[in-house]
Amino acid sequence: MNTQVRILIVDDELIVREALCNYLKEDGYGAVAVEGGEEALRKVEGEDWNILFVDLKMPGMDGLEVLSRVKEIKPDLPVIIITAYATIDSAVQAMKNGAYDYIVKPFDPEAIALVVEKVVEHQNLVRENILLRERLEEEYKFEEIIGKSKLMQEVFELVKNVAESDASVLITGESGTGKELIARAIHANSSRRYNPFITASCGAMPEGLLESELFGHERGAFTGALYTKKGRFELADGGTLFLDEIGEISPKTQVDLLRVLDEKSFRRVGGIELISVDVRIVSATNKDLKKAIQRGIFREDLFYRLNVVSIHLPPLRERREDIPLLTDHFLNKFRAETNKMIERISPKALELIMEYDWPGNVRELENAVERAVVVGKKKEIIPEDLPFFKQGVPERTESKSLREREKHHIFQVLEENGWNISKTAEDLEIDRVTLYNKIKKYNLEKSKTNSKSKADG
Amino acid sequence: MKKKSVDIIPIGRVENKILHKLSIPINRCFGYPCRINEEWEAPSYAYNPDRKQYNSTRILKELCGWIKNDSIRIIGVTNLDLYIPIFTFVFGEAQLGNHCAIISLSRLRQEYYGLPPDNGLLLSRVEKEAIHELAHTFGLTHCHDVNCVMHASYTIGDTDVKSNQFCKLCNHKLTFKLEDLVEFL
Repeated sequence: MNTQVRILIVDDELIVREALCNYLKEDGYGAVAVEGGEEALRKVEGEDWNILFVDLKMPGMDGLEVLSRVKEIKPDLPVIIITAYATIDSAVQAMKNGAYDYIVKPFDPEAIALVVEKVVEHQNLVRENILLRERLEEEYKFEEIIGKSKLMQEVFELVKNVAESDASVLITGESGTGKELIARAIHANSSRRYNPFITASCGAMPEGLLESELFGHERGAFTGALYTKKGRFELADGGTLFLDEIGEISPKTQVDLLRVLDEKSFRRVGGIELISVDVRIVSATNKDLKKAIQRGIFREDLFYRLNVVSIHLPPLRERREDIPLLTDHFLNKFRAETNKMIERISPKALELIMEYDWPGNVRELENAVERAVVVGKKKEIIPEDLPFFKQGVPERTESKSLREREKHHIFQVLEENGWNISKTAEDLEIDRVTLYNKIKKYNLEKSKTNSKSKADG
Repeated sequence: MKKKSVDIIPIGRVENKILHKLSIPINRCFGYPCRINEEWEAPSYAYNPDRKQYNSTRILKELCGWIKNDSIRIIGVTNLDLYIPIFTFVFGEAQLGNHCAIISLSRLRQEYYGLPPDNGLLLSRVEKEAIHELAHTFGLTHCHDVNCVMHASYTIGDTDVKSNQFCKLCNHKLTFKLEDLVEFL
């Protein structure tokens, strides 16, 4: 069961070596025993071990010296000192020299089993942690963001420069330009990268709900608050909190947010305890916040708090040279996902793609390529496969019911905007919460071609 | 060819009833008949007056010297309190993948813990410890399954929690080892 766990025993007494070795083998561990320090050091240098048991009193090199020499060769190898002559001095010295534990002979059978289990469990956790970190780094690699245009290269340079600091960053740009990807890249390149990256979509929630989402609530704080819940600020402690659609938050939440940014602490809704957090704020908006300040709907002091560094993401139409690269990337992605044998995009289709204005930006391009891959029947994508090719001939519902017309209209605008809520709400001239309610009311769902679009704007 | 036996050797005074009852589960688990041998004297050579206990490793060596041609395994059963130098006590000891094992009834008795005697409970504990140590001699190691008889017993509570049965995996391993042994014989 544990044969891959290798334990080295160093003791001058044969009877102890045999007994401990035999016992550990009964537990399924790979145990090897040696008589003295020199031999132990050779073994430590030449082979991999999980744990070392070292007797304190041995002729020649004693246990404390073995411990010090082992720590020079393999500092991470846990060394457990065993002795029949325990003194406070030797115990203190052993722990100072880096011993993992100090056990007095004879031990309770349980003590030895527990200490070995504890070390093995810890080593497994460390190994798992390294694997997860590697996977995380792979997932949010900065290099994954595509853009060779000068404008995007400037953005990348800025991201690299600001990532290491703790300064608040405000990312602006139209819907679908990839604001969340940039926020993730900032987090992934910062010293906070092994801590959480938490997102809060401020526009999707009404005021009360947003407050509870951000700051959490105590049990009984309001009807339905059956349990104490941690808010996004607490969840993001040590990491980064991404506040998406920051331009949508109510004046009351703006004040609350300002207070947290100033004091770095807050209270849960209905709570008394002051909770301190260490959170870096990255926010994003597709609104012009300066105009919102002039109109008196966004606080100027909050704006300056959030906008220590600003990064503007250009719309796709301003960096057309990136379009072929992005198109290729999405084609490869969806070809792999759908297992279709589409090899390329025809020159005519690419020409259309290059000429199109892309109001929904990268997200719209991604959706368009996905749709084209799904509906495409040839080895190359042709103009007829592109969604905007047929624009101007919208399907119409024959129903005279106002409800049906509204449902159909909302669905159509959502589809046109790649299910971008902000853009759709703007086009429909309603607020986002109303749009969410309508989607829920009519039970609207993304069509197949739009189903895998990312909410990264 | 005469079938080999598991030899039970009482070391010091041990109740006959326990030895006879023990032979049934040993036969059931390992498929070999049991032979109850004459009682050995308490081994003074293994006694440690400082600890007032007997060194089980020393006794195991003596048991190994006794082995007969028709013994498949030997298990010593004693009322003496056993220890190995590194531990404060042991319920038993076995030679992993070798021939001999020993168990002590001393700490399996309720009286050791200041409780009234309970013969039923004692028999159940003896059975589990004997099967456990003998299975070590067939090469089985400790098991994580708390219900499996191969789960390690560090306290009497551990012995009481586990059953007298092997888990699926340990049963499979034991069958494999026993089949190997038959081919070898």
